[in-house]
Amino acid sequence: MTDQLYQDRIVALAKAKTGAGKLLAPTKSARRDNPLCGDRVVIDVKLDNGKIAEIAHQVRGCLLCQASASALASVAVGRNAAGIETVRMDAERAIGREEGEAGEPFAAFAPVKSHKSRHECVLLPFEALKEALS
Amino acid sequence: MSFDVAAVRRQFPILSQIIDGQPVHYLDNGASAQTPEAVLDAVRTYETTSRANVLRGVHRLAERATEAYENARVEVADFLSVDPMEVVFTGGCTAAINLVAYSWGSLLKPGDRIILSELEHHSNIVPWQLLRHRSGIEIDVVPVTVAGRIDLDALPRLLTPRTKLISLAHVSNVTGTLVDVHAVVTLAKTVGAKVMLDGAQRIPHGPVDLAAMGIDFYAFAGHKAYGPNGIGVLWAKAEHLEAMPPFHGGGSMIGRVTFAETTWAPPPRRFEAGTPPIGPAIGLGAACKWMRTLDWKEAHAHEMALVERLMGGLQKIDGASLFGPASTQNRYPVVSFLLEGVHPHDVAQTLDSFGVAVRAGHHCCQPLMDRFDLDGTTRVSIAPYNNNTDIDALLTGVQHAARTLR
Repeated sequence: MTDQLYQDRIVALAKAKTGAGKLLAPTKSARRDNPLCGDRVVIDVKLDNGKIAEIAHQVRGCLLCQASASALASVAVGRNAAGIETVRMDAERAIGREEGEAGEPFAAFAPVKSHKSRHECVLLPFEALKEALS
Repeated sequence: MSFDVAAVRRQFPILSQIIDGQPVHYLDNGASAQTPEAVLDAVRTYETTSRANVLRGVHRLAERATEAYENARVEVADFLSVDPMEVVFTGGCTAAINLVAYSWGSLLKPGDRIILSELEHHSNIVPWQLLRHRSGIEIDVVPVTVAGRIDLDALPRLLTPRTKLISLAHVSNVTGTLVDVHAVVTLAKTVGAKVMLDGAQRIPHGPVDLAAMGIDFYAFAGHKAYGPNGIGVLWAKAEHLEAMPPFHGGGSMIGRVTFAETTWAPPPRRFEAGTPPIGPAIGLGAACKWMRTLDWKEAHAHEMALVERLMGGLQKIDGASLFGPASTQNRYPVVSFLLEGVHPHDVAQTLDSFGVAVRAGHHCCQPLMDRFDLDGTTRVSIAPYNNNTDIDALLTGVQHAARTLR
């Protein structure tokens, strides 16, 4: 085999399932589908003065999408929409859409860089959260 | 004489390619098949010796181009056992279905009904939904059995005097199942409904006799049948084509144009507005001619032996299960499977790292995925040039995915 996309850190993030599930009484929820592959992410948030107090996600998608949602949930609490954009920049740096070094935990997604068809898998949870925060 | 797969493979230059040190194990033929030298040569010959527009010019290149284009229509017609004047070149299979939905569909009245099945490709669902929006027709849906076949026992209950068309996949692009055309046509006749088949997954596996089937419309794509991209075919009975208004307007499809009134050319020209995809049509004609050089009894037996090898191998992998029938009867070599705990895209990505190309996801069949509450499947679609090595490489990759991704 030639590929090392599914490196241990990505698999570990997916298996950690940080934030997986639903919130009982979310302030906002949003669902985003990727029409090309059928991946689906639902994100629930509880907000406190515009900042995320709690977050949960349901992912029907690939390992990359699950890992991204898990990583996002691990750093989302306490951030507002602008703070989430900062995290998204990390994800975009990791996959090579933005220049610069990606911060943790999204640096783990560097192996996705050369797989352009999978970039949206990483970004779909961000799209759902952006909508939930809008 | 047994099927000489090595001889077939030698005709496909792409299959001898090495990518990142690995051979190409191409098992995504249901999405797009590869192209033999005969097709590449035909297109190259046109582009280098006869390139010109068709029908209009009087110069020699135009004469050559027109002759090659019309000869391609004859090749396609021979492959389908129909009259060439019933063969309409389109941009693809989707374009062919849209043509019927728009043009023939415009003859329907509000309240008329069309029957589809749960396993249809989106291209045989959405054009009819657009027609429903335009014309107020109703759509009925035949369910699919647990084995992934269209449940024809349920079809009689859906038939009404207002049923005007039954439009089904000839072969499913997810489960590989073959629809019982005779049963469908027999039932359709009881209410005077027409029958259309989406032949995208059937045509790459040998000639068909559309005239003997008793159907009304047939659509398929060139690129899935070893031909170029950007070309497809609609076949329809002459009487239907004659009654159908144009879909697109422009050059070539007219009789006489004035600002007061325009008349239409007879079929098939009426449905080929503008400059057609000439090179791709010539390539498709060559693909049909090439397909007829194969002994399809042997080729099909070879393909189904690969299906058996695949299904047998998957059964030995912990957590792997087939989606669709486990039988090789009444099916074509398209096989979907699931790997418990691993998303189909991750299976496909892992297979790519073993040099194996497959398709994963909903396969443009979201209603079918919803019916079985699936995110998607991993699909293996086989062509005559595939061999045991391709299947074994795939099984090795699936075992690796099962071991490392859950």
